[in-house]
Amino acid sequence: MARRFTPKIITTNDLLEGDVIYLTADGSWTRRFSDAKLFLEQAEAEAALARIETRQDIHVGAYLADAETGIDGRPQPVHFREQFRATGPSNYFHGKQAETGDVQVQ
Amino acid sequence: MYRYSEFDDAFVRARVAEFRDQVNRRINGSLTEEEFKPLRLKNGLYLQLHAYMLRVAIPYGTLDSRQMHQLAHIAEVWDKGYGHFTTRQNIQFNWPKLADVPDMLEALADVSMHAIQTSGNCIRNVTADHFAGAADDEIEDPRPTAELLRQWSTDHPEFQYLPRKFKIAVSGSPNDRAVTRAHDIGIRAVRGKGDETGYEILVGGGLGRTPMIGKVIRSFLPKDDLLPYMEAILRVYNLSGRRDNKYKARIKILVHETGLDELKDQIETEFTARRRVFPGVNQRLLESLNAHFAPPEFVDAESSEYELRRTRDPLFRTWCDTNLNRHRDPNLAIVTISLKPVAGTPGDATADQMRTIADLAKSFAHDEIRVSHEQNIILPHVPKAFLPRIHDRLKRSGLATANIGLISDIIACPGMDYCALATARSIPIAQEISQRFDELRLERKIGPLKIKISGCINACGHHHVGHIGILGLDRAGVENYQITLGGDATETAAIGKRPGPGFSAEELIPALERLLDAYLTIRLSGNETFLQCYRRLGDQPFKTALYPDSARKAA
Ligand code: SF4
Repeated sequence: MARRFTPKIITTNDLLEGDVIYLTADGSWTRRFSDAKLFLEQAEAEAALARIETRQDIHVGAYLADAETGIDGRPQPVHFREQFRATGPSNYFHGKQAETGDVQVQ
Repeated sequence: MYRYSEFDDAFVRARVAEFRDQVNRRINGSLTEEEFKPLRLKNGLYLQLHAYMLRVAIPYGTLDSRQMHQLAHIAEVWDKGYGHFTTRQNIQFNWPKLADVPDMLEALADVSMHAIQTSGNCIRNVTADHFAGAADDEIEDPRPTAELLRQWSTDHPEFQYLPRKFKIAVSGSPNDRAVTRAHDIGIRAVRGKGDETGYEILVGGGLGRTPMIGKVIRSFLPKDDLLPYMEAILRVYNLSGRRDNKYKARIKILVHETGLDELKDQIETEFTARRRVFPGVNQRLLESLNAHFAPPEFVDAESSEYELRRTRDPLFRTWCDTNLNRHRDPNLAIVTISLKPVAGTPGDATADQMRTIADLAKSFAHDEIRVSHEQNIILPHVPKAFLPRIHDRLKRSGLATANIGLISDIIACPGMDYCALATARSIPIAQEISQRFDELRLERKIGPLKIKISGCINACGHHHVGHIGILGLDRAGVENYQITLGGDATETAAIGKRPGPGFSAEELIPALERLLDAYLTIRLSGNETFLQCYRRLGDQPFKTALYPDSARKAA
């Protein structure tokens, strides 16, 4: 039997800011993990990744990351690395935890 | 100190202009990331976990106040008001924006600094003993040699695409404070017959996935022969080093696979040929460089103020006992400013702290500042009379932590708080250790101890050569910390050994407490350091302390 597909989100770093961003359901970008689109099908996730990889003028190094649905029904990270990317460093209150707002993408 | 020549300045400015153009082309879409990445890396610009990171070279860790002020300025204008000093005597800015980086580089060029060759498979920033020119055990100042190597290696056309990165460290003293044995090439000043100074050349040291201690490939190299000999080593490595596997591409693997003797023959053959191309150029250059590093004029200052304060102020006395080293002039002291406050981030300094350090260096310390690979700042030439005033000012800026060489003077790489390659965090571990042992008030009782922490196998935190090394790993999606014991970064270099399985973040601090409790119980006296005790007894008693359950099962 094929292994069950772990749901994914698409994440990358913003070209200008370097900040972590996530693909949303309407094809725009957000800085919040919880606003990312959760892909439940592998084929759909991979197709979306291939599509956005052509937009290198916006972001750098897109990839699929494991996610799960939290108690609030929104996606949350599975691995601790994604947790840190979604929050910011633990030694200072810098990065995402200090400044969350949606990225304006042209 | 060395000041840029017109040639250096024009070269650096041209690189900034070139990179500005490359950044513009990346932003307007004419360059893809694939095309741009090698270009940005050549200028020290990484993309990390949360942001870009700019790594700035501080050649052999030497700065003056003007440069330190400029680093503070850069931290404030284009970053979040601080910088991180690294184990390669560099500084990293963690939050630059892509479009601002050319301006940052321009600001660096204004004070003869740059980020060239801080990344990529080239010869990286040459490091040196941070006590250079000041230490009382010094045979010679290693910095003219390091500067010679910097000039020779910068933009060297033959060595821009080596199989892998290449790191050189230079020490001028028998006591090795530059970790020369863990570098691709280590250079140590030695005295030959007839008191002539030359170099001992070590090759093939390195940490990372396959840690190795460098081997002596030449026990005495006349100074004149340095550059042709370096070219010979690099040439042999460039041609024969493995390019098929990134993890086997460092020169240490070539040394290991080829054998020292065989490699030595190849290098000597190459050297004989190269030497003919270097008729004395080396020596003339070195002489002119020596003048740049001439020691400042030390005046005999009255030091009664220092003596008086020592007797009256216990805090000052404690700080002196841990943070001062002997200067070759008895009227002076070498001051180490700790960047390891209790529960702080090792190696970080705020812009204000950088300014305080710059001002102190300018007013009281012959305008010289060093960055140590142990992530502290050194004022190498301080007349003792000024020590009380310096201590007062450091205290006001949160820089007077008296812990050099003790358990809280931890090396820690950025780990998964910043680094894209990390497998676990290192900073919070350093913070917890320093906090816990401060609470226990055990730091002074434990005495000299070097803890070094890396957030992945790349070992930027030098964990293999820590008396206690800690390596952060990802074990099935959980941070896990592997301990090594008995490592040593000095002239008696050794790679630490793993006593057993790793610990979770929660288990780690109690495990260290057990380990150090055991040490305090079994050491011969208060004078036997942790490392000496480990060497005397081997790892068994420490294993038992770390893994009491398995010890009980075995019994
Ligand atoms: S040791 Fe690993 S985690 Fe730490 S700075 Fe180096 S590459 Fe990054």
